[in-house]
Amino acid sequence: MEAVVFLFSLLDCCALIFLSVYFVITLSDLECDYINARSCCSKLNTWVIPELVGHTIVTVLMLVSLHWFIFLLNLPVATWNIYRFIMVPSGNMGVFDPTEIHNRGQLKSHMKEAMIKLGFYLLCFFMYLYSMILALIND
Amino acid sequence: MSAPAGSPHPAAGARMPPKLGGAVSGLAPPQQNGPAQSPMQVPSGYGLPHQNYMVPSGHYSQGPGKMTSLPLDSQCDSYYSRPYTVPTQNSGTPSSANQPGAQQMYGRGPSAPHMGGSTPGSFQGVPASASHSYSSASQPYSSLGNRYSSPTTYSANASVASQGYPSTCSHYPISTVSNVVYPNVSYPSLPASEPYGQMFTSQSAPPPARPVKESYSGPSTALTYPSRPPPPPSQHQQQQQQSHSGYSSLPWSGPALPPAQDSLIRNQMGSLATANSHPTNNENVQPPKSSSVVSTVLPGPSSTRMPPAPSHPVGPVPSAPPPPEQMQTKGMQYGDYGNNQASSTATPLSSASDDEEEQEEDEEAGVDSSSTTSSASPLPNSYDALEGGSYPDMHSSSASSPVPDHALEPNPTLAQALSAAPTPPAAQPAKVAKPFGYGYPALQPAYQNAAPPPMPAAHPSGPSYTGYPQHYPGVNQLSSGLGGLSLQSSPQPESLRPVNLTQEKNILPPTPIWAPVPNLSAELSKLNCSPDSFRCTLTSIPQTQALLNKAKLPLGLLLHPFRDLTQLPVITSNTIVRCRSCRTYINPFVSFIDQRRWKCNLCYRVNDVPEEFLYNPLTRSYGEPHKRPEVQNSTVEFIASSDYMLRPPQPAVYLFVLDVSHNAVEAGYLTVLCQSLLENLDKLPGDSRTRIGFMTFDSTIHFYNLQEGLSQPQMLIVSDIDDVFLPTPDSLLVNLYESKELIKDLLNALPSMFINTRETHSALGPALQAAFKLMSPTGGRVSVFQTQLPSLGAGLLQSREDPNQRSSTKVVHHLGPATDFYKKLALDCSGQQTAVDLFLLSSQYSDLASLACMSKYSAGCIFYYPSFHSTHNPSQAEKLQKDLKRYLTRKIGFEAVMRIRCTKGLSMHTFHGNFFVRSTDLLSLANINPDAGFAVQLSIEESLTDTALVCFQTALLYTSSKGERRIRVHTLCLPVVSSLADVYAGVDVQAAVCLLANMAVDRSVSSSLSDARDALVNAVVDPLSAYSSAVASVPRSTLTAPSSLKLLPLYVLALLKQKAFRTGTSTRLDDRVYAMCQMKSQPLVHLMKMIHPNLYRIDRLTDEGAIHVNDRVVPQPPLQKLSAEKLTREGAFLMDCGSVFYIWVGKGCDSNFIENVLGYPDFASIPQKMTHLPELDTLPSERTRSFVTWLRDSRPLSPVLHLVKDESPAKTDFFQHLLEDRTEAALSYYEFLIHIQQQVCK
Repeated sequence: MEAVVFLFSLLDCCALIFLSVYFVITLSDLECDYINARSCCSKLNTWVIPELVGHTIVTVLMLVSLHWFIFLLNLPVATWNIYRFIMVPSGNMGVFDPTEIHNRGQLKSHMKEAMIKLGFYLLCFFMYLYSMILALIND
Repeated sequence: MSAPAGSPHPAAGARMPPKLGGAVSGLAPPQQNGPAQSPMQVPSGYGLPHQNYMVPSGHYSQGPGKMTSLPLDSQCDSYYSRPYTVPTQNSGTPSSANQPGAQQMYGRGPSAPHMGGSTPGSFQGVPASASHSYSSASQPYSSLGNRYSSPTTYSANASVASQGYPSTCSHYPISTVSNVVYPNVSYPSLPASEPYGQMFTSQSAPPPARPVKESYSGPSTALTYPSRPPPPPSQHQQQQQQSHSGYSSLPWSGPALPPAQDSLIRNQMGSLATANSHPTNNENVQPPKSSSVVSTVLPGPSSTRMPPAPSHPVGPVPSAPPPPEQMQTKGMQYGDYGNNQASSTATPLSSASDDEEEQEEDEEAGVDSSSTTSSASPLPNSYDALEGGSYPDMHSSSASSPVPDHALEPNPTLAQALSAAPTPPAAQPAKVAKPFGYGYPALQPAYQNAAPPPMPAAHPSGPSYTGYPQHYPGVNQLSSGLGGLSLQSSPQPESLRPVNLTQEKNILPPTPIWAPVPNLSAELSKLNCSPDSFRCTLTSIPQTQALLNKAKLPLGLLLHPFRDLTQLPVITSNTIVRCRSCRTYINPFVSFIDQRRWKCNLCYRVNDVPEEFLYNPLTRSYGEPHKRPEVQNSTVEFIASSDYMLRPPQPAVYLFVLDVSHNAVEAGYLTVLCQSLLENLDKLPGDSRTRIGFMTFDSTIHFYNLQEGLSQPQMLIVSDIDDVFLPTPDSLLVNLYESKELIKDLLNALPSMFINTRETHSALGPALQAAFKLMSPTGGRVSVFQTQLPSLGAGLLQSREDPNQRSSTKVVHHLGPATDFYKKLALDCSGQQTAVDLFLLSSQYSDLASLACMSKYSAGCIFYYPSFHSTHNPSQAEKLQKDLKRYLTRKIGFEAVMRIRCTKGLSMHTFHGNFFVRSTDLLSLANINPDAGFAVQLSIEESLTDTALVCFQTALLYTSSKGERRIRVHTLCLPVVSSLADVYAGVDVQAAVCLLANMAVDRSVSSSLSDARDALVNAVVDPLSAYSSAVASVPRSTLTAPSSLKLLPLYVLALLKQKAFRTGTSTRLDDRVYAMCQMKSQPLVHLMKMIHPNLYRIDRLTDEGAIHVNDRVVPQPPLQKLSAEKLTREGAFLMDCGSVFYIWVGKGCDSNFIENVLGYPDFASIPQKMTHLPELDTLPSERTRSFVTWLRDSRPLSPVLHLVKDESPAKTDFFQHLLEDRTEAALSYYEFLIHIQQQVCK
């Protein structure tokens, strides 16, 4: 059973890693002026919710399966994701707003955030991998 | 506060300045570093000496020119008109007169030199007038001018006073041109049609007869243009006229004491007289007056000059004017040249890219290719042509000697000839010549001025010329001697003088505050961009971000890029020289390494100078690229080739979307609008392709089929507002000229059409969607008139305002939009090059915060008329009418993009204004209008220790209403400093306050109003405490500020009391949001008046210090501080709040004033609502009216005047602007200072 939980987490984490890479690439495209702000933001905004959901599921799964350490590790990121999503002003077009993204260094901070998440997901990936193998061996 | 926002601002909670600095993080610098990034050692070094040289030569040539009117001089004059004027200033009147606001706005040329021209002229006019800081800018000129003028001018002109007068004349025309002509600004469809005209002009009033050619002539050119006779006059004449016009700009005309007009006429005649040599010209005689005012004016000075000329004829003679045939042949060649060029230009067309951004980017290819092509064949031809041009000039000059006698004969033809002037050699051939060719000739004359070698002997003043270099230092000394007038010579001591704020009672100077002048060498500051177009909050850029953080001052730029200009060099050449790596346009601050290479001043890449650019027509040699107009003017306009187009330039398209619900009909705005439209239909900027359309909406959407051929307009109603479609896509936007009758019918019928409507709903969202569909094929301008909260369909809004919270001191909610519908729509529109302008005329809450998005992001503009009613609120109706007049007739640019570049090491991280930021440094502007201002925040990413100067360049690429693609380029150069004291010395407090206002608006929307207010207070506290601890050695118990910052607390207090930021005073949410919108989108000059109004006492105006504008005497009363303590019951005061004037009349006001100015026997009989000053035939009335008119002319939107009696209820409107006084909810200025002091001393 444990192995199944981690297998699922592992797959989920893979998806999140790909998503993060996609974020980074798209943002850097915008930085280099390969795409315009509107298309960039609409691309990214469509993936904000999947990311949020994907990560929250893993977090909850860890809580349910009583893996406290991993749960606490995931909690801040999950909270941040939700907070960010909720706090979008009513007039904005999503977490990424084309009219704001070039202002006040938002592009850079989005980039930074995407990179940090990428690192975090990579860390999680190996953790899940390790835990899964451990669980399989124990079985 | 949203998380993302938080992260960029490390100091989010804290203070703005750190935020500014900290926020820097952002975007990668736009410029790529060139391979050769060597530190900028002497950015302008190479060029400078030459430039200096040039200037003198220009003077020199002019000197003779004035006598003999050499053709060469003419162009020089136009270029250097300012320098010329300057000399007079120095010589004539030590104290320079204030420049009228109008001039500031319009009159001043983009480039520093230009400023000199216009302003000095005005100054000279009135010896007694007060001195301005502007003078500093002009100083360099003046110094040179003095040097030069002294030899020639003095001898020529009898009296100083006389000089002054002419100058004023010239000045006057400028202002008039800007104001009056402005709407008509027509750009010639042919880019290069006239050499000069193109070069110098901007928006002159085009004579109806020939739209194309006339359009561009600047003030000087305008002169030439007044009317062209069908047979083009000989080139000689043309050139002469040009020269004259150039002179006219000069202050020289001594004799011209007679009224300005007379002098003007005379002048013209003088120029004409020169033309007389050619009998044919006379036939074409037009009444001088017919020509535009400007044109007449300019010639004037020349005529005055003529008298001295006799001695000079000799000069020109040596040059040996070539026989006419030669000239003609040359002219022909020239024409060929033009053709060649045109063809060559066609080749580069290479890149037609999908992306608009590429427009700019694509240029690279264009440039490269063009440079190669240009080098090939056209140049030789151009040589000949150019030469030919110069010859004719010479010839004309020789001919001119007889002229004086003929001067009295009115020869309009000359003016005409001038207009034709593009090709000096032969007028007829010139006509044939292609646009491109024309462009060149224009440039050439300028060169001629610059280049002395060709005819050294010719000028009697020759010796002086040689001496010039030696004199030059002397000139500098002179300027420094005059330093009192300008900050330049010794800015630091004055601007750093510690001021004890709590002790200083009269902190506000009695004269208007001018922009500080960057501490640059005389040559550079002479070339620098006018502060009206381009200002930086710190005129000395700190070397490192650490230093900037230490200074705690905001660093940013304030731009007014599309300002109405009276003088604008317009350049037509098929090579627009740009840096290959960062795409910077060549500008006066680049350095020429040698004749073949120039070093970009932004990225330091070394670029090749294209062959074409090398050519200097004047010397007939290669290798003087630094004398090109691009390198002589920091504000220039290029006619762009097709490389800069993604599609053929769009026509002007106007769509009006009108609310006709019950509420709207009740308010009655339709009458005002239709009336204004009917009056201005012919003045709408555009060409023969102009299209116009109308839509109305209530709960349904009504389209109007105006297709030509219909007997009357057809109304088509679409009631399906959930899925809007266009009933007949083709005939809703119709050609203005083909369907004019139908349009007029519609406009006449509209006001009464819905008079009985009972529909109260408003389906604004669907109407906008329909408008977007209608406009998307072409792009253009949508003007939306809305009178209530949209209540149906997409984009419907709910009332969010709680009236009980209006005066809350706590949190103000709902400053941001409620829905993203309007933002999305605006971005869609922006993508289709459509701008949406919003006119909100509502009596109740309409959620401007949401509606404004449609304009904010589509680069539109917002007008708001609270409680508008056409009969119950006549002052609002009058304001709407005046605004509409301006709105409909002002210049407009379509499908524009603006890119801002700055020197490597600096980066931009936040933009303010109405636009969409498409990429890191590219602003997408569907429309650009002359009243739009922008602000940019900067950060220093890399240390600037390697460089002594930094430059900023904005390039605005737009399609003119005539369907021409143009690029307006402004370049600003600022010194880099390494010490904190220098940074403080260079603060431009007005710019800083405007930038703070923009930042505070952002902060209040993204965070909260109280946060923004705290940040504003901290923006005062931080720099002052940093100053007193780091720079000044004063006890910390006193509140000390450097002189440059002494107004900061006052201005910030004024900001805190603005509608946008005030708390505790009842403020309607829409009013607040509108004030915020204005702060974001207004240019600095207008914003400052809004933030800190000017108060004048007007019951005892005297002529002391008055200035002369347009042969009117405009009194210049001193500024009063905004405090009730200055109001006396015995006085009458005028408050200039930018968009509104208040005249406050005290109870005990002198009955003389009431009777002679207001036209009532006593105080009691003055009506409560009075919005006009009667035209009484008394001196006080005349003075008052001329003062008010002068203030009015200085701004584009004519303000409404309110007369406020001492005890009337309306006086609260007036008293709320007395910013230094205590109110229930806000501190007085002194209290605020004490508060600041406590913070500083903590």
